[in-house]
Amino acid sequence: MGEFCMPSLGADMQAGTLLEWKVKPGDRVKRGDIIAVVDTDKAAIEVESFESGVVEQLLVQPGEKVPVGTVLAIIRTEHMTAGAEAVAPAPAEPLPVRAGMEPKLRPGMVEPVARELPLPRPPLQPSPTARIVPGLAEGVETVPPVPLPPPTAARTERIKASPLARRLAVELGVDLGTVRGTGPDGAIGRADVESAAAGRPIPAAAAPGLLPETKAPSPPAEAKAPPTDYQAGMRRAIAAAMARSNREIPHYYLETRIDMSRALRWLEAENLKRSIKERILSVVLLLKAVAKALGEVPELNGYWIEDRFQAQEAINIGFAISLRQGGLITPALLSVDTKSLDEVMEAMRDLITRTRAGRLRSSELTDATITVTSLGDLGVETVYGVIYPPQVALVGFGKITEQPWAESGMLGIRPVVMATLAGDHRATDGRRGAQFLDALNRFLQEPANL
Amino acid sequence: MTEAEIRKTIFKLLGRIAPEADFSTLAPDDNLRRTLDIDSFDALNFFIALHEELGVEIPESDYGRLNTLAELVRYLSTQVG
Repeated sequence: MGEFCMPSLGADMQAGTLLEWKVKPGDRVKRGDIIAVVDTDKAAIEVESFESGVVEQLLVQPGEKVPVGTVLAIIRTEHMTAGAEAVAPAPAEPLPVRAGMEPKLRPGMVEPVARELPLPRPPLQPSPTARIVPGLAEGVETVPPVPLPPPTAARTERIKASPLARRLAVELGVDLGTVRGTGPDGAIGRADVESAAAGRPIPAAAAPGLLPETKAPSPPAEAKAPPTDYQAGMRRAIAAAMARSNREIPHYYLETRIDMSRALRWLEAENLKRSIKERILSVVLLLKAVAKALGEVPELNGYWIEDRFQAQEAINIGFAISLRQGGLITPALLSVDTKSLDEVMEAMRDLITRTRAGRLRSSELTDATITVTSLGDLGVETVYGVIYPPQVALVGFGKITEQPWAESGMLGIRPVVMATLAGDHRATDGRRGAQFLDALNRFLQEPANL
Repeated sequence: MTEAEIRKTIFKLLGRIAPEADFSTLAPDDNLRRTLDIDSFDALNFFIALHEELGVEIPESDYGRLNTLAELVRYLSTQVG
């Protein structure tokens, strides 16, 4: 009997809110199918099944916030279906939530936040219509919270409120306990929170330093997205992960200048052959070269867990994607080493689009084995990254700039990028790090082989 | 296509990328990437959208000359009839 639990989508995640079920009892699911949407502090995440089987029972209703590790659903696995004697009768009642259950952290669990110093990207004007999760909360707004038998003390204290109302309450700094619900069974809806918030000032302390000083303008008539307040949660998640990184990880830093003239000349010729839609961005060459170099220095690809390095076979590159409304998310480009440049470009396009639309999958937030951050768009030349635990390395790229370059006794002007490696000294030493940067440089000098 | 129409199309497409932008305050010589906080991925999407909307295929080598609204309008008016 497979238990589908509230996943940890980051070491700093304590609990998640089930927003939506994508399956119903009796549905057949395959490993990797998206079966639920879960709201973390940072974003709404599509959660995939780790098993194949038949959905037996859904134990948690949309709108409920439960601790990591709580059983959300029972999935009867294929194996168990075959062996009839092994199939336990389905419990007639929902299983009680196990109080005090330890979060089930999979090895290699990665926090879904960024590594390098956060990039505050203040919007040009206060904008409540964040690009994250458009329509998602709207979709669940009408789902009334279904009362459950209260098997634990924690459950009985639960305030009945729609997910949108909960989010709105956080955003407006309203204590749900003080709101009178007018919905079914006294459930609190959006209007209840809004009327509770009306007539009193927005507490400035609701999200210190994050919300604009002035109150955001009223939402446009045609609201494209519901108001979201992932910013405060995202800041907290980034803060927790980065503080842990600087506390626990003895970083070392190496940097090398890489001549990009061959790579860019090759790419320009390639892109000339392509329609505008098929063009490849130069960062894709950098990502692919990182993946190839990791093949030579596998000690940088994996996790430091339980006082030892645990190498990972797949090269899943977490790619820092900044969000227009501030903060950033670092979802993973999976198996970059096995993809062609076109496939990496396509995967990156898909990932950026979904990150900004708030439709990421759980595996993309938990499977990164190393992180790459590229800050070149803003003219930064060198990035000194903060490693994302439990990963052991972060590769940074700055802007590609024209620089004087001496080679074979000749001085010329070349496009040059500064590549940096932040390494975890527990897992590797500077020499291995240097070998990685050397390999990276080598692969970028032979772009046709990438 | 008049310059005003081209400008309108540009604003429409940029609005998809930077929905919070207020184009009435955008000066013709402002650097679009910097002012609107557009990264290279956004820029590529913008050029793809321009291609779909106006049928203009902008070669990569011209990207560097298209930094401001004025430059874009001038460039596009020579490309579209």
